[in-house]
Amino acid sequence: MQGWTAVLRRELAGYFVTPVAYVFIIIFLILSGVFTFEIGGFFEARQADLRSFFTFQPWLFMCLIPAIAMRLWAEERRSGTLELLSTLPITRLGAVVGKYLAAWIFTTLAIVLTFPLWITVNYLGHPDNGAILTGYVGSVLMAGSFLAIGACASAATRSQVVAFILAVVVCFGFLLAGLSPVLDFFQGWAPQGVVDTIASFSFLTRFDSIGKGVIDARDLIFFGSLIVTCLVLNAALLERGK
Amino acid sequence: MTNRLIELDRLTKRFGSGSGSILAVDGVSFSIAPGEVLGFLGPNGAGKSTTMKMITGYLAPTSGSAKVCGFDVGESPLDVKARIGYLPEGAPAYADMTPESFLDFCARARGMSGSAKRGAIDKAISRTSLQGVLRQPIDTLSKGFKRRVGLAQAILHEPPVLIMDEPTDGLDPNQKFEVRRLIRELAGQGERAIVLSTHILEEVEAVCTRAIVIAKGKVVADATPIELAARSRYHNAVTVSLVPPAGTAIFEEFQKLAGVASVEDLGRATTSEGVRVTCTVIPSRGKDIAPAITQLVRSKNWRVDQMRTEGGRLDDVFRELTSTGAKN
Repeated sequence: MQGWTAVLRRELAGYFVTPVAYVFIIIFLILSGVFTFEIGGFFEARQADLRSFFTFQPWLFMCLIPAIAMRLWAEERRSGTLELLSTLPITRLGAVVGKYLAAWIFTTLAIVLTFPLWITVNYLGHPDNGAILTGYVGSVLMAGSFLAIGACASAATRSQVVAFILAVVVCFGFLLAGLSPVLDFFQGWAPQGVVDTIASFSFLTRFDSIGKGVIDARDLIFFGSLIVTCLVLNAALLERGK
Repeated sequence: MTNRLIELDRLTKRFGSGSGSILAVDGVSFSIAPGEVLGFLGPNGAGKSTTMKMITGYLAPTSGSAKVCGFDVGESPLDVKARIGYLPEGAPAYADMTPESFLDFCARARGMSGSAKRGAIDKAISRTSLQGVLRQPIDTLSKGFKRRVGLAQAILHEPPVLIMDEPTDGLDPNQKFEVRRLIRELAGQGERAIVLSTHILEEVEAVCTRAIVIAKGKVVADATPIELAARSRYHNAVTVSLVPPAGTAIFEEFQKLAGVASVEDLGRATTSEGVRVTCTVIPSRGKDIAPAITQLVRSKNWRVDQMRTEGGRLDDVFRELTSTGAKN
């Protein structure tokens, strides 16, 4: 794993030398505000919580996170720096982890910057701050999972557009997995085991339960193993098609 | 074997599988000792880059092995990568970084830190004369500077093995001169092995101590540039410019000499004394025709403006070697 910290530092700094970071953070914050207050009906609900904020977050992430992830490897391939990176004395997995962690730290920063919402609800009433904290933990975990999926998609192709679309579709699939129309569709003919498996892949169900203040070890293991699987797959995809 | 920095043993790379596969490198074996500057020659698509990518560990060979400083690339890739400085084709670098931050990244990735890192970066910067552009995004640099950034990155850790894929491709003559000067300087110490691929033959004559010609994935020649040039049909050919009396059939006169294979007309120019004819007299293989020509010219009392014996032409040898390879 030697050298992965160098990759992490470079990547993280890379976000801030280009407008990417600022554009992403600003758009994320504006959309978060719009969804929470306008569409989510924050004031109409007359409740001091961040439910309307967290409800829309998975869908926001589904569109925005692939945009961050799409350039991770596709760009390295296109510009030829992948060859440079691969011939430095860094293991492939080290490079994958370094890049991934930098992207995750960056999105975590964007999520943390929504703290004015938290201040707002505390000013307006007495929210359950424990639930809000676990809600944020859920956000970070979900962002991490989407990023890992997006990084994989980016490693699979030279084109950023293809990587983006691929990642959105896969993320959408994971979000839909827990919704009743999807489960009903399988219910009729697929064995119960398959239906349960599909339901267990649902990001939404797990995200909701974490957001309610329940951090279940199984949810953590689910997100953790999903991320690890994606990163290993990511490293393998890089080997391919050089 | 201990003083071989690079050892390739029947290195082979096949892209794809089945009938559509391409054999890019076909059983290439050679080894390189410290102090050698190897020019890796071949037409585009001959397998030069692929061979280099296998030595540097970017591509895995289909079969055969590559060893650098005694370490097998497949078995201990990190030991190999730590000992190689590599300039990939086109000198890729992170476009939005500055040379300073880019070199800092490379140094960290190679495990350097503190004053050792600072010292290595400073040395690489001064060797490649990057001082003036350290804080400019690499994106905005000229091609020559970008190439120097790539070179700085490759020599940062004083690698015993330096591999450069077309280091001067696309540069202007001044930049080419600069890069070649740097390569000669790097080779100077004699402890390092340098491999550079090129299809510019003057480059081989300018910097290399040894040349390997590769065609269709196979080594077709391995010699010093001088030896290689000697294989040319122009080896020991005599080029003369002279002003014979009008009406003299000088080509026929040359042709009649023993050991002359053919005469090439290089053109004529009108001067105040008459028409100056320039031609190259090509000997049959292994024959030395210069004395005979000198004697002929003297006995006929022709006025000679210029006369020189050629060592041979690399481009001629190159074409011969690589086009016979292509016919197979």
